[in-house]
Amino acid sequence: MKNFFKPFLILMIFLSYSFSSTAAEQSQKLLEPGWSFKGFFGKFDRAQLQRGYQVYTEVCAACHSMKYLSYRNLSQPGGPEFSEQQAKIIASQFEITDGPNSDGEMFTRPGRLSDKFVGPYPNEQAATAANGGAYPPDMSVLVKARKGGADYIYSVLMGYEDPPPGIILDDGVYYNKYMPGNKIKMSQPLMEGAVEYIDGTVSSEDQMSKDVVAFLAWAAEPHLEARHKIGFRAIIYLLIITVLVYFSMKKLWSRIETKV
Amino acid sequence: MSDHEYTPKSKLGKWFNDRLPLLTLSNHLQEYPTPKNLNYWWTFGGILTFCLITQIVTGLILAMHYVASADLAFGSVEHIMRDVNYGWLMRYVHANGASMFFLAVYIHIFRSLYYGSYKSPREVIWIIGMIIYFLMMATAFMGYVLPWGQMSFWGATVITNLFSAIPFVGESVTNWLWGGYAVDNPTLTRFYSLHYLFPFLIFGLVILHIWALHVPGNNNPIGIDLKKPSKDTVPFHPYIVIKDLFALLIFLIVFAFFVFYSPNILGHADNYIEANPLVTPAHIVPEWYLLPFYAILRSIPDKLFGVIAMFAAIFVLVILPWLDTSKVRSAIFRPLYKQFYWFLVADVLILGYVGAMPAEGLYLLVARVATAYYFLHFLVILPILGAKEKTLDVPLSLTEPILGGSPKEAMVKKNKEI
Repeated sequence: MKNFFKPFLILMIFLSYSFSSTAAEQSQKLLEPGWSFKGFFGKFDRAQLQRGYQVYTEVCAACHSMKYLSYRNLSQPGGPEFSEQQAKIIASQFEITDGPNSDGEMFTRPGRLSDKFVGPYPNEQAATAANGGAYPPDMSVLVKARKGGADYIYSVLMGYEDPPPGIILDDGVYYNKYMPGNKIKMSQPLMEGAVEYIDGTVSSEDQMSKDVVAFLAWAAEPHLEARHKIGFRAIIYLLIITVLVYFSMKKLWSRIETKV
Repeated sequence: MSDHEYTPKSKLGKWFNDRLPLLTLSNHLQEYPTPKNLNYWWTFGGILTFCLITQIVTGLILAMHYVASADLAFGSVEHIMRDVNYGWLMRYVHANGASMFFLAVYIHIFRSLYYGSYKSPREVIWIIGMIIYFLMMATAFMGYVLPWGQMSFWGATVITNLFSAIPFVGESVTNWLWGGYAVDNPTLTRFYSLHYLFPFLIFGLVILHIWALHVPGNNNPIGIDLKKPSKDTVPFHPYIVIKDLFALLIFLIVFAFFVFYSPNILGHADNYIEANPLVTPAHIVPEWYLLPFYAILRSIPDKLFGVIAMFAAIFVLVILPWLDTSKVRSAIFRPLYKQFYWFLVADVLILGYVGAMPAEGLYLLVARVATAYYFLHFLVILPILGAKEKTLDVPLSLTEPILGGSPKEAMVKKNKEI
């Protein structure tokens, strides 16, 4: 076993090296509120995801699209797990342009479970024009598209401040402690009481930020719970079979006068 | 080889084997005499074969769902991640599998450097290996372009732009590679086509690599020629098979941690932003396994010479068997080479680190020194060491005690026997 450890140790050094080379400088230390979905057994908190959806749809969705999600995802296992009936009602509140019908006309109809999330703008240019020249990014994979992930998005939501003396901001530009360059074109989106939670939770800025970021994390990684569950089983299985193979190997090699 | 006399037991087996000696091949692979003193650094050959097959199998499945089109590629990857059954698993295994593949190949290469496995009579194995390595880099680079994220697009732009440094025809070559005047849909579709083709070329070369290995047989940590079969060797099956399996399982545990618990840590967050030719990311960084070469490229102020240096860094490895003139293979008996070996390892790690950093100030200086040392090691230090180094005594076999006298004489005797 001894001669096995040296390769393994060096393997680990290589791995930590590749970690450090990808993790680059971060000027401002991000807030880390602690997420239920981190760690080996990390899972989403259903109530939190449902609240997060409420924040998204009432606040974020005014400017941000989420084009890779469908309404059916809202009732799928591992997500907010609205009942299918609830998800149908949510979908039906949106108006979908469909067609052409047999007369060649486009028409509108209420949304169905199979429809993708309806975005606030018809196209990227319209979104950019309506937001002072800054395109509000699509939120489907936003958590994975930013270094620092959920912590980063949460930090930005919580990082609005008055600019320090000496920094003069243009109209429509805001100061944010955690945004690279400290300038952001989105005004502070979540003010105390911006939504009235259905479940009666007090909607503090911190509460809403956590909820919506958890929702965005699920949106970016809808199979996270399945991944953690399968991963745990896979690794346990691998550990057991590794031990078995190790002893079989020892037994086989005991015939040879060389240590393995 | 010992298996010339092999005859299948059954009549049908004999009939078939006389027409296509597959059973003889299978018998050879089982009986193949392998040095019994191989350490765990030797298990990475088997691990690499596993990696290649994993990449091909997961890649085949991904190809069933992926759409190679500049407008649809990013969305089709999200479709795989969200809607395809276990699509997330296939994609994460494929993406992290590339990193694990390179991790294993670097260990495999550095093992060869330490124990002198590239030396006579194994030069052809080494050269085929280097071609495989080069194709792996090309395949991985083109694979990283396929999701059509920001890093895909800009990485492709930076790397393909290198060819514009070629005098006179640079621009036409680049346009030819792109299929247009910029990286766009034609670039994506041809990269997809080649990304599909190259793994099968690699697969064929791997067969040649193993074939070439089975002619002289494995090198070993002592680096001496062994009589085969003898008390110094064991049959490949079951001894080496089970040892390789054990090492593979350990490797798989590490692999599984990446896939299931930090699948995106080796990638770049920017690649989850859809490609946008109008917005350049702050840092354009290739995948970690290409960073040392990227550092060499950027350390040269002139574009053309940077490209030449980058390709020379690989080419210098190809001619390594003739640069290292020492007759002694294993670093165990080469006290000076052993030290320079670790300098080289450190040098390559430093190159990788500065490759990930912006090319300015101290980083650039370090990159230049490290690049210079890289070439110094292969082009100057190794030839001098071959002539000047006083090597330790080399034993004649694994079981015999170490004999006195000049090890070079021993090697010469051995060489005559071959």
